[in-house]
Amino acid sequence: MTIQLSHFSAAFVFALFASIVFGITHRENTREMVRYGLYCFAMFLGGVFVAGWAMWLVRR
Amino acid sequence: MANQTAKTTTKAAVPAQPASMMAVIAPAVGWLIPGAGHMIQRRWIRGVLLLVSIGALFVLGLLMQGHIYKANGGDILDMLGFIGDLGAGGLYIVTLAMNWGQGAVAFATADYGTKFMIVAGLLNLIAVADAYHIAIGKKQ
Repeated sequence: MTIQLSHFSAAFVFALFASIVFGITHRENTREMVRYGLYCFAMFLGGVFVAGWAMWLVRR
Repeated sequence: MANQTAKTTTKAAVPAQPASMMAVIAPAVGWLIPGAGHMIQRRWIRGVLLLVSIGALFVLGLLMQGHIYKANGGDILDMLGFIGDLGAGGLYIVTLAMNWGQGAVAFATADYGTKFMIVAGLLNLIAVADAYHIAIGKKQ
């Protein structure tokens, strides 16, 4: 069995699972864990878009 | 000055945490099975979330035809890849035993899979450190 994810879906899955682990391991209580997890997820995906647009600008 | 001396005295008076068996068992079990270090300390939800997250990342990496690194003394990146993969513990051992993770150059996404597995291992090492901190009482 083989899975072929697109660039974005691979980045999405990576961001999701990494954010969950970061949230749990880097904060003390549940509320802070959720907030930090969401923050990491947004930063991961935001970074993907920023890097994507930066590469688009460099290419032009 | 006197206040500073009092603070120093207070710090020195706090006894060190006694080393418990859990401080050894939790990281060891957590390395072998991702999230298990939290589960044996009754952090069930955190343990399950860690198991699902790290396990899914590793399995997805395998399904994307990622390459698993074996112990080697060659290229520095190969050695670092091995250290990352080794962090996944039981998942890495099973993968080696079943001879999975040979990597297929035919797939462009195979390199993503390789990185997924390395990151899963590294995330598990963070989870192991977290389980240790819970065991010694540094974290709730």
